[in-house]
Amino acid sequence: MTNQVARGKSTMDYEKLVQSEDFKGLVKRKKTFATPFVIFFFAAYFILPLLTGYTKILEKPAIGAMTWTWVYAFSMFIMVWVFTSVYMNKAKHFDVEVDKIIEKNVLK
Amino acid sequence: MSWISYVIFFAVIALTLYITYWAAKQTTTASDFYTAGGSLTGWQNGMAIAGDYLSAASFLGIAGAISLNGFDGFYYSIGWLTAYLVVLFLIAEPLRNLGKFTMADMIGARFGAKKVRGAAALNTITIVMFYMLAQLVGAGALIKLLFGIEYWMAVLIVGTMMLIYVLFGGMTATSWVQIVKAILLMLGTIIISFLVLMKFNFNFIGMFETMKTATPHGEAFLHSGVVYTDTIGLISVLIALVLGTAGLPHILMRFFTVKDAKTARSSVIYSVWIIGIFYVLTIFLGFGAAKFVGSDAIIAENAAGNMAAPMLAGVLGGDALESFVAAVAFATILAVVAGLVLSGASAIAHDIYGQIFKNGNVTEKQQVAAARWASIAIGVASILLALGSEKLNVAFLVSLAFCVAASANVPTILLTIYWKKFNTTGAVASMLTGLIVALVLVAISPSVMNPVEGATLITGNPIFPYANPAIVSVPAGFLAAFIGTLVSSKRHEKDEVSYAEVRFKAETGYKELDL
Repeated sequence: MTNQVARGKSTMDYEKLVQSEDFKGLVKRKKTFATPFVIFFFAAYFILPLLTGYTKILEKPAIGAMTWTWVYAFSMFIMVWVFTSVYMNKAKHFDVEVDKIIEKNVLK
Repeated sequence: MSWISYVIFFAVIALTLYITYWAAKQTTTASDFYTAGGSLTGWQNGMAIAGDYLSAASFLGIAGAISLNGFDGFYYSIGWLTAYLVVLFLIAEPLRNLGKFTMADMIGARFGAKKVRGAAALNTITIVMFYMLAQLVGAGALIKLLFGIEYWMAVLIVGTMMLIYVLFGGMTATSWVQIVKAILLMLGTIIISFLVLMKFNFNFIGMFETMKTATPHGEAFLHSGVVYTDTIGLISVLIALVLGTAGLPHILMRFFTVKDAKTARSSVIYSVWIIGIFYVLTIFLGFGAAKFVGSDAIIAENAAGNMAAPMLAGVLGGDALESFVAAVAFATILAVVAGLVLSGASAIAHDIYGQIFKNGNVTEKQQVAAARWASIAIGVASILLALGSEKLNVAFLVSLAFCVAASANVPTILLTIYWKKFNTTGAVASMLTGLIVALVLVAISPSVMNPVEGATLITGNPIFPYANPAIVSVPAGFLAAFIGTLVSSKRHEKDEVSYAEVRFKAETGYKELDL
């Protein structure tokens, strides 16, 4: 037995598979779901240094001596935890869709 | 050091050696060696990712950075955690769906050309060497400090230990050492954080009040800008932190140690929680060290602040806690370097020897033998480099590794999955451009060139202003991918797999039974 990574000639018609309504729908739903989150976390991440670098609005105390810089930073942590949970839940739905696509289009 | 220090230290080492002994009996195939036979569960792999990721740079480095620079040190915690959203949303599942052992496998699932695999392997080896060097230099300093032995001897001890784990236990032993280490690290960090909070009468907000006057920075300690006075330079660092993780070969490799993409995904969730909690606690480590050890004492021990966490443990919990923390730091370094050796060895043995020179025609026995020899080569080379690098700045090496990963690997990984037109020329151009631009810019940056004699490798004014060049090198990697692809747009090579196939497999995890 060899360990070559599979890249032999395929017997599957992938062009047809990716053109199927089911697959296109899956990709579209995944994209519609993920894009806003990706844009949001990148934006949130880079707005922090812009605000601390070019303005002083985060330097004011928020809770006691804790400034808004820290509140912003902590909310980044909460964002990461919330987004991972959201992703996890959503991914379960996509798994069901994927199983259906494979069953219907590949294993018939 | 007291007797209790030795007891704790050797208990940790004995435990990891026992794991290796147990794992060695289960490591027979190449898949066992590289990926623990894909047998880890979600939480196990999640712990192992955390164990792999929370390197000496995180544990010792961030604690020190916060203690000396306040909020600016905390940027590392934010960046390295947010990086996991990039991994989770964009990379983890497609990577796992397309790959087998290495990152190059995943890119090779679309581009058959040997030069693509070669470029990916070259990037892997470069990143691994920088990262290894950072860990080994850090380990040398730590052991030298603890046992009072010479630096070269400390490096040899750590190097030998890491080779024992890898050679005998492969990925199974390495994973379990990482899991055990993650648990010990969290335990140690939670204990110290609790003790710090107790010293502040469990008043979290009051702790911030105290910090206003606890350091030479005064109130600035609580604001951004102590170190990063230049916002563009800061953004450049943040780009490297947030994208670099998605291109780190030893982290990506961990997605192949589970049975499917579903498990890969769940392991990211576990690791995000563990790593997130750890990074929150870095505030207590940093603030506690600044307040109860004091910046003068921290700097006196190590200018970069690397000994802040163990020193804080000593102040709060005496010899026993300090040696526990030191033992954990030691286990941390061992676990991380073992993971690094494996990813470097896989690039040499699996990608270069197995796929490029032998076209995949190697037996299981040859694969494992090649992987072991490659481990020895990587291990010995890094030990030799580390012996001559005592004076190098550890944080600089780690950020360089992240920068190369972000610039050289991430554009190709993302475009392989998401861009239909991407081709072999684009992939090779992107990987090499990202690598070269990152290395050249670092070589002419303040990290290497400094007007103060002896501060860095070269005395003189830096040509490139930012210590971390990601703000230029990451766009360069993407740009090269686009230009490379467009100038050869009609010339898809015949061994490229259709984008339709790559896309379908990446999204569904479907695999034909032709393995």
